[in-house]
Amino acid sequence: MPVTIEIPSAFRRFTDGAPKVDCSAGSIAGALNELTSRFPAIARHVRDDSGQIRQFLNVYLNEEDIRFLGGESCAVKDGDRVLLVPSIAGGI
Amino acid sequence: MSDLYELRCRECGKLWGNRPTSFCEDCFSPLEISYDYDRLKKRVSREKVASRPFDMWRYAELLPLPETFSARGAIGGTPLVAAGNLAAHWGAKNLFLKNDAVCFPSLSFKDRVVGTALAAARRFEFTTVGCSSTGNLANAVAAQAAQQGFDACVFIPADLESAKVINTAVYGARIVRINGNYDQVNRLCAQIADRYKWGLVNVNLRPYYSEGSKTHGYEIAEQLGWRLPDNVVVPMAGGSLITKIAKAFRELITLGWVEEKPVRFFGAQATGCSPISSAVKQGLARFEPQKPNTIARSLAIGNPADGPYAIKLIRESGGWAEDISDREIVAAIKVVAETEGIFTETAGGVTAGVAQKLIREGRISREETTVVCMTGNGLKTVDAVTAEFPVTEAIAPRLEAFEAYLDNQLTHAAGTNR
Repeated sequence: MPVTIEIPSAFRRFTDGAPKVDCSAGSIAGALNELTSRFPAIARHVRDDSGQIRQFLNVYLNEEDIRFLGGESCAVKDGDRVLLVPSIAGGI
Repeated sequence: MSDLYELRCRECGKLWGNRPTSFCEDCFSPLEISYDYDRLKKRVSREKVASRPFDMWRYAELLPLPETFSARGAIGGTPLVAAGNLAAHWGAKNLFLKNDAVCFPSLSFKDRVVGTALAAARRFEFTTVGCSSTGNLANAVAAQAAQQGFDACVFIPADLESAKVINTAVYGARIVRINGNYDQVNRLCAQIADRYKWGLVNVNLRPYYSEGSKTHGYEIAEQLGWRLPDNVVVPMAGGSLITKIAKAFRELITLGWVEEKPVRFFGAQATGCSPISSAVKQGLARFEPQKPNTIARSLAIGNPADGPYAIKLIRESGGWAEDISDREIVAAIKVVAETEGIFTETAGGVTAGVAQKLIREGRISREETTVVCMTGNGLKTVDAVTAEFPVTEAIAPRLEAFEAYLDNQLTHAAGTNR
């Protein structure tokens, strides 16, 4: 099984409606680069001008925030799920 | 008549009308409600507000309420307590506690945000409402959903304090317990809101929900005699409340209802979950997320989406942020109860303890007018303080037994004081 990137509905207009995109990357950075290469319109929504992941976009690897896993350099393997989720905090 | 408010992106400024969404579809930054203040000025005055019952709905024109809105019951309108005993204890003057521990109906400031959220839910014709919550928000959603005839489904971390769970279940809401921390529950809710047509108050209704917090700030200003304090100390979970109190103050200045003056904002967190206070103290613009580990469950958000805005506000206002340990939280809860007769939950203990720290360190001047925000009732987090009060031995129902007991207590006290 490839690495699967799950696309939130707000982003699907950039992926021709696809809710999931498969890729064969070895890291989170590689997965995001494959996504933005294949669908250039999504690129500016994933990274800001400095190349960092946008402040209000959270990226999860198998439901763990990648910031706890070392960030974009974190390795991914076949069968992993990468989730893109707009950042929304809740109340208390 | 068209709305006097609509959604606006906080980053790119694009306008989105009114709809159940919380992020800009152009840049995926958060949306906020933006008002036409020139038209609002003609619609409402300070005198008109003052003539209404004292609850949050007196500020209706400043909230995102539809034309057809009719309040179901009183919410907010809580005391601003002149805390003379606590102030003396801390060596301060002009100290006030804004006491949302007695907010109606469910005893936390979350009642305010749910008020505006459910008004939006009704407007957008949702029949099921819900939230991700560490407890207080679930309580408020369940209570108000019952009042207004919505079905309610709330999502909570599975290990939440039992008082908070019961305080939600009793109103008839469906509770879904998640094996995870609050951030994981929240992420799941973002996916659920994406999939189902439900009004999740702090997800797809978030911009409408968060505006309710402003009423905590409006009331403070009105209760001080339509003037702003010098300092405000606010607990931070997601980081929204502190920014909304600031927005409330700015709006009152724009409307000409209070004199313009600088207010310093101070954020309070528990050391066991301090992404925002850590960023402020280290001079960072972006916080680093944390895995929460604190008894202050209601502030246990390790990935606060309003964190960047809270950091910016604190810094630009000349304020600061601090955090305290769980032991200090419990001590602060006791001090507030013993001096002012107010029993606040762990979040209130965090805020009071941080306020004490900031005064002691000289970051808050002892002479200035300082408001400390108590956001929830102590009955919700009784577990956190239970160990402080071990069960005492019972005595027989006889006068002699009581006299002996009293003698024993006085002897013990004398021995302790020697």
